[in-house]
Amino acid sequence: MTNSTVNEPTPLKQASKDRAQHASDAVKNGLKRRYAAEARFKAYGIGAIALALTVVGILFTTIISNGLPAFTETTLELEIELSEDVIDPSRTRDPGTLARANYRKVVFDALLTEFPDVKSRADKRKLRSMLSRGASFQVQKLVVDDPGLIGQRINFVVPVSSDFDLYEKGVINKDVANADRRVSDQQMVWHDTLKERGMITTSFNTTFFTSADSREPELAGIWGAVSGSFFTMIVTLLLSFPIGVAAAVYLEEFAPKNRITQIIEVNINNLAAVPSIVYGLLGLAVFINFFGLPRSAPLVGGMVLALMTLPTIIIASRAALKAVPPSIREAALGLGASRMQVVSHHVLPLAMPGILTGTIIGMAQALGETAPLLMIGMVAFIVDIPGGITDPATALPVQVYLWADSTERAFVARTSAAIMVLLAFLILMNALAVLLRKKFERRW
Amino acid sequence: MTEATTNSMTTVMPPAPDATTEPRRVKYSTKNVDVFYGAKQALFDVSLDIHEYEVTALIGPSGCGKSTYLRSLNRMNDTIDICRVTGSIELDGIDVYSDEIDVVHLRARVGMVFQKPNPFPKTIFENVAYGPRIHGIATSKSEIDAIVEDSLTKAGLWKEVKDRLDEAGTGLSGGQQQRLCIARAIAVQPEVILMDEPCSALDPIATARIEELIDELRNNFSIVIVTHSMQQAARVSQRTAFFHLGDLVEVGETGKIFTTPDDQKTQDYITGRFG
Repeated sequence: MTNSTVNEPTPLKQASKDRAQHASDAVKNGLKRRYAAEARFKAYGIGAIALALTVVGILFTTIISNGLPAFTETTLELEIELSEDVIDPSRTRDPGTLARANYRKVVFDALLTEFPDVKSRADKRKLRSMLSRGASFQVQKLVVDDPGLIGQRINFVVPVSSDFDLYEKGVINKDVANADRRVSDQQMVWHDTLKERGMITTSFNTTFFTSADSREPELAGIWGAVSGSFFTMIVTLLLSFPIGVAAAVYLEEFAPKNRITQIIEVNINNLAAVPSIVYGLLGLAVFINFFGLPRSAPLVGGMVLALMTLPTIIIASRAALKAVPPSIREAALGLGASRMQVVSHHVLPLAMPGILTGTIIGMAQALGETAPLLMIGMVAFIVDIPGGITDPATALPVQVYLWADSTERAFVARTSAAIMVLLAFLILMNALAVLLRKKFERRW
Repeated sequence: MTEATTNSMTTVMPPAPDATTEPRRVKYSTKNVDVFYGAKQALFDVSLDIHEYEVTALIGPSGCGKSTYLRSLNRMNDTIDICRVTGSIELDGIDVYSDEIDVVHLRARVGMVFQKPNPFPKTIFENVAYGPRIHGIATSKSEIDAIVEDSLTKAGLWKEVKDRLDEAGTGLSGGQQQRLCIARAIAVQPEVILMDEPCSALDPIATARIEELIDELRNNFSIVIVTHSMQQAARVSQRTAFFHLGDLVEVGETGKIFTTPDDQKTQDYITGRFG
């Protein structure tokens, strides 16, 4: 009996019980709505990722499908008679004469022997357009290097002109009216005849990876731009990494926290947001016009890109230094390490993964940068492969820009192929960043 | 008053008074120390002597300035831009804030162990060898090996780690890490070791191990320890200083502070009435 009186609900207890029941009901009723909200949020997230992946997928598909034809080249194997009468009528073997000889005729004669019925000037011109201008240069080089070949008949592989290259790859649409087509019906017949005779072959396009730019698409390659980019990046790295890290270490570890360092910090953040073309103008005004450095050179390009990359490196390095726990600094200081020793023995090694990641991201940004290079003349048409940082050069993204601007149909594929090479380098650099971070990562 | 009558602190067992009661030499002499963080004053006119080969415990509620005081002894407060110290802090009669003593040299003479174990993310060997190496105390491999073994032995860690000296110091357990930090501090062969709540992140067993260690280290070093645990102060220290709100309220032999404190505030604190 006493028990029941104890358990009997007093009005106050009953009220609190009711409240608890009410709260419990409220939670229960709301649950469905809460889970629905969560499910919706997840769906949005998946949708966003799917959209992003689709866009990336479309981008890569277009670039790769456009660019793949550029990785093969069509060549024509001809039996060329290196006639002494044409090349060196005076028989002096004078290098000047050899270099100036009419090799176009030498090569064209070889092609003409395949089609003896071509007589008219118009037909001959049409037939000649099958050959790349590069063909005569290649024969010229062969003869100049080895004059002993004169008088012999040699089998020689020459590139075909870009139109026939495209025809061979099936890019030229046969349904287009004859007059509007780059390759006429007659030329198609010639091409097919040569192909039947087994003289036309398709192989991996080494030209594309070994030559510099050219007016003729079939002779144009990216190696000049790749080496230009390489020299530019070397200059950028050598300048921006030490300066950026030193600035970050000073600001983060040594500088007093006062108004001046605050202003410097704000300005570094502002510099990161300055449009890159402004850096190009600065490079033009200061490096080229004032200091008289060579234009179109990787040296100046690298310096300009270093300026552009510096804020990125400084900001990333400062963040990495900030992330090193203060307890490590205290431990080293407490042992009597000087501030320099604390930084160089402990803080910097621990911050290195972050610093390297920031640097590589900055370098990747610089590698893809076009605008500042336009201002300092790296947009020039350069047919020589640069051999150093003061030679005229262009860079990969600028090469993409130049080719995208060209009228020849065959540059479309080369533009996409150059983009693929650029993307490959960027992916490589990002992979390197991940690898370095993994390697140096240490727990504390 | 006898111990039995005084004491509500039955849990605290003050150590038996030293057989040698002759006063120890003064190692650190601090007079009228004020410490400011910007405009805020954290320590008010603290005058305190630290004796050689003794453990001095600094106790008091959180925010009372005991860590601040400890960190002014080896000038770790220098790393805080807004921190300012006035008064005199003399180590063997030389003011540590004067030009006569270099801060790097000072910290080599005065080691420090922190609240959270903070071994370097390097091997156990490197952790201990780092101090002697940067100070040029040892240069040859054999000398460094000897110092590492000696320090780890003194820190009571040698047996546990001797077969894995090239493993990461951060891979040890919390208590082992703290003993590694102590080994690292004594490898530099300092005269004084400052400990800032060295056991607060450790379990009771690891704490007991460190306390034993502190008791052994007393033979070779002068030790100042900040602690929140009054039992710990009573167990390990010979002298205790009680701080409250930036003031040094009372300092004296540990036995006396925990049995017959002069000040009412000390009495209240050690009996658990506040803090």
